[in-house]
Amino acid sequence: MVPFILRRLSIALPSLLGISAVLFTILALAPGDPFAELANNPNVPADVSAMLRLQFGLDDPVWQRYFRWLWAMLQGDWGFSFASRIDVDTLIWQRVPVTLAVIGASQVLALAIALPVGVISAIKPYSRFDRIASTLTFVGFSLPTFFSGLLLIMLFSIKLDWLPFVYRADISATGAQWWWEQIRQSIMPVLVLGLFQGASWTRYVRSSMLDVARLDYVTTARSKGLRERVVILKHVVRNALIPVVTLVALTMPHVFGGAIVTEQIFRIPGIGSLLIDAILKNDTPVIMAVTFVFACLVITFNLIADLLYGFLDPRISFR
Amino acid sequence: MAFSTPASPSAESIALKRSPESPLRETWKRFRRHNMAAISLSVLFALILLVVLGPVFWPVAIDNIDFSARLQGPSLLHPFGTDDLGQDLLARMLYGGRISLAVGFAAMFTAIFIGVLIGSLAGMLGGLVDTALMWLTDLFLSLPLLPLLLLLMYLFRDSLKAAFGPEVGVFIMIVVVIGGLSWMPVARLVRAQFFSLREKEFVEAARALGASKARQMLRHILPNALGPVIVTGTIDVAAAILAESTLSFLGLGFPPDVPTWGRILFDSKDFLDIAPHWAMFPGLAIFLAVLTINFIGDGLRDALDPRRVL
Repeated sequence: MVPFILRRLSIALPSLLGISAVLFTILALAPGDPFAELANNPNVPADVSAMLRLQFGLDDPVWQRYFRWLWAMLQGDWGFSFASRIDVDTLIWQRVPVTLAVIGASQVLALAIALPVGVISAIKPYSRFDRIASTLTFVGFSLPTFFSGLLLIMLFSIKLDWLPFVYRADISATGAQWWWEQIRQSIMPVLVLGLFQGASWTRYVRSSMLDVARLDYVTTARSKGLRERVVILKHVVRNALIPVVTLVALTMPHVFGGAIVTEQIFRIPGIGSLLIDAILKNDTPVIMAVTFVFACLVITFNLIADLLYGFLDPRISFR
Repeated sequence: MAFSTPASPSAESIALKRSPESPLRETWKRFRRHNMAAISLSVLFALILLVVLGPVFWPVAIDNIDFSARLQGPSLLHPFGTDDLGQDLLARMLYGGRISLAVGFAAMFTAIFIGVLIGSLAGMLGGLVDTALMWLTDLFLSLPLLPLLLLLMYLFRDSLKAAFGPEVGVFIMIVVVIGGLSWMPVARLVRAQFFSLREKEFVEAARALGASKARQMLRHILPNALGPVIVTGTIDVAAAILAESTLSFLGLGFPPDVPTWGRILFDSKDFLDIAPHWAMFPGLAIFLAVLTINFIGDGLRDALDPRRVL
């Protein structure tokens, strides 16, 4: 297992470097020196501006700037937000937990939907349940998160007035009251993200179940006289979930995309809404850092999925 | 595992269905499943027709500001109601729909072009080229899509606007970026198809007859690899429409005077309480377009999947 983990890490780290190179190349190709806002400010005299350019090495070759930037990022020096006037890393670390909490809760919801529905659909394919479920999954992942979010707001906040539609980070209540408020304001964002994810995962679970159910060893298990329940749960589901783990990892970038939209609709103070705010305020250091954090999160989750895959399917880790 | 064949016909029918089904029922079910795709196809066709020909039958200006008719619900004069400037929403949606759908199809063609190119190069040349290209594909697969889209829009929007004008510039930008970030599944598919097809007898025969590598690729392998590519491409259209709508919904896609469906939704979201119709129509339009395209993709998958021999 240990060499397997090391091998996976040795794949993940170069991708992280690759992503950082892609990001920096984009920035370097972009017109108008985005990092040089201060140096290009017309109120700053020309000689001061030249000094600043020299000091920050803005005229150095691209690769030198890349390595300087990478080194600074690795050391935790992520720069200074133009708009908020505080360090970028403090700004981001304030907001990462909220994003992770919302995403985590919605993934749990998605799993709680996808597993049972997918398995039951696959046990009797093309039954009435399966047909209703598959129509609903199509609706589920065709309904864009920004529209379903607005629909929920219209229904639960405006029409029924049950749930608040603006997420508040500064709830003053304590104890049980705090948790109650917290849950009330999280219901809609988690529903939006969780239903969307759950819908596409249900399809993966179902088709993977169908692929496994026709393998010979399942027939063997049945002919041994095992009960149907045991065959399905112990023999089919366990193996069917292995490819699902990979597919889930592959959809991770989309999950974070959905999180940005959801955070923006419900004004959740996570890194997604931070990114949008930063873009609207031309706050380049924050934009770069948040994009990089998203990339890191995607890679981390891919790594976790890979390790989980190795754990679920021991053949992989010995290869 | 995914490409396994059933041990025997009986193994499958016992495993998947409790009771054997008559061929007639089977056919009827298959027909029904394709029916959903067929319905979707006609709905999508109607939608495209409406969006393309609509302005002929509904010749209302999209920027006709009328403050006396602000935020009105659907009526005979304005079938979809009006927005906060009193502009006719039906006219705006017909205009914006053309752009939304065009972005979807153009981005799909971009993605398929890049994907087929990279996938067939990797699959045909193999070796070091294959390793490098697949590393690139994996790298792109782990890029955070939406943040990167936003970053690219932020950095390059102004210069493209200056070069091609606001509408065309943003259109090119969005199509290239969405296409350039969604070619990876196509590339992987094409590569896998190449690997299995290039050892097949008919390609060997072509090789023996002296066909060049390019001819083997273009005449013999590629046409046979197209089935799954078409399916992925269909679903890519839906994904691209979603991506464009998301960008516009976040206020970072098309400018306000280009009312794509996502942009109309973005403008409407501060008036949800007094003008819900404003959000409903564009939202439903996006939903309908994406849903029908996904259904069509599913129908095509069933129709084109060679391992499903029912």
